[in-house]
Amino acid sequence: MTDRALVVVRAGALTTVQDRGRPGYAHVGVPRSGALDGPAAALANRLAGNAPDAAVLETTLNGCSVRPRSTVTVAVAGAPCPVTVDGRPAAWGAPVRVRAGSVLDVGAATSGVRAYLAVAGGVAVEPVLGSRSTDLLSGLGPAPLTDGAVLPLGTPRRPPARVDAAPQPAPPDELVLRVTPGPRDDWFTPAAVRVLTSRTYRVSPASNRIGLRTTGPALERARRDELPSEGMVLGAVQVPPDGTPVVFLADHPTTGGYPVIAVVRPADLAAAAQAVPGTPVRFTAVRRR
Amino acid sequence: MRVLPAGEDALLVEVASGEEAQALHAELLRRRAEGSLRIGEIVPAARTVLLDGVSEPARVAAELSARDLPAVPPRAGGTVEIPVRYDGPDLAEVAAHWGVSPGEVARIHAGTEFRVAFCGFAPGFGYLTGLPPRYDVPRRPTPRTAVPAGSVALAGPYTGVYPRSSPGGWQLIGTTGLVLWDHTRVPAALLSPGTRVRFVPVATTGPAA
Repeated sequence: MTDRALVVVRAGALTTVQDRGRPGYAHVGVPRSGALDGPAAALANRLAGNAPDAAVLETTLNGCSVRPRSTVTVAVAGAPCPVTVDGRPAAWGAPVRVRAGSVLDVGAATSGVRAYLAVAGGVAVEPVLGSRSTDLLSGLGPAPLTDGAVLPLGTPRRPPARVDAAPQPAPPDELVLRVTPGPRDDWFTPAAVRVLTSRTYRVSPASNRIGLRTTGPALERARRDELPSEGMVLGAVQVPPDGTPVVFLADHPTTGGYPVIAVVRPADLAAAAQAVPGTPVRFTAVRRR
Repeated sequence: MRVLPAGEDALLVEVASGEEAQALHAELLRRRAEGSLRIGEIVPAARTVLLDGVSEPARVAAELSARDLPAVPPRAGGTVEIPVRYDGPDLAEVAAHWGVSPGEVARIHAGTEFRVAFCGFAPGFGYLTGLPPRYDVPRRPTPRTAVPAGSVALAGPYTGVYPRSSPGGWQLIGTTGLVLWDHTRVPAALLSPGTRVRFVPVATTGPAA
């Protein structure tokens, strides 16, 4: 076996392989998947000298530890967290050299949810439909990391970025999601649309890669009949029978049967990926550009 | 036809029937193939077609609203034949719903030409239409926690085949050994919207593959 590989020492709560996902297959029921905080994953790749579509590790809340079998350059971006190599502090948000056999630890997020670990050459698991992303809804791509797993690495193409630190947005204290109403806002009472865009919701701990669930005032339906299944877009604010909005993230189902009252601008979803449970959420109505 | 906005660059086109949705889907695929329409994803469903990743949504919305749809010619290409053993645990219940014998359920089901109206739920899961409305069946009141891969099932107006084991509330009437989804195959999904499908009964004792 090649020594260009990572051994998983500590898998963490949920660590998955992610790249830019597999768009283009929604018509056969395949979610888009991909890194939830796309800009952070892209930054980690840039720092490590990777192409933007290289596969990285996406951690959830408590990070992960890996031991490279050969000396590699890595970079961690996204949720701020302590980074150590063999227990000694190393840089977050900048390239770090890790010797063969050393243990790189991406610690628990001090704020935010998801950190991105890029390794020069990228994680080189077998792609499925053009992507190495783990899709938790349908089980495509590699399984979430487990302790002892071995991940192959690709060959580095470029030297790492020459920076000491890269500016990154802080995880949100308040998550502001700009929405455009529709396609099914007419399935709700006019009051419901006002409630959505004027009251404060909070991020629910039940959130995951499929959807950002919220707690807050229920949205009242004007129509009680059942909606025939229809295609769902990224950022759709779907309202299940309990009336609390769910914002569809990367692993969302491609079709669904609950009405979508509004759609969040995709540019706002990176912040949604970093909002810890309990974070206040405000949906603000904007006009279509 | 109603064209509804779905965010910045997507449109949800609602039509009156499943047949119209299939016709619209075929027409949109044709226009994308000839290059007159630039759309990332075209996702048909029960009464709608979603256009996602539309470069000029306002123009496309106006154009769709202004024009009638041509009727779709049946899609070229063959019919996918799915061998099936009619031995599902809900066969007797479906027979009771239909007011026929279990053997008659198999005869009616295998005598129907189906078409994939849309996909979803899981990669490779197609919602197949073709049975007349009098054969609609309700979902099971309590979904099963694990439906075996290859189960042939009914719910509402649809027939479907579970590509892999998953929870599900459809009525199971049979089993196939055919692999519906294989990501190492091109295309990975045996069924995609528009595909014609026939179920071919095999002896309940033999392999259904």
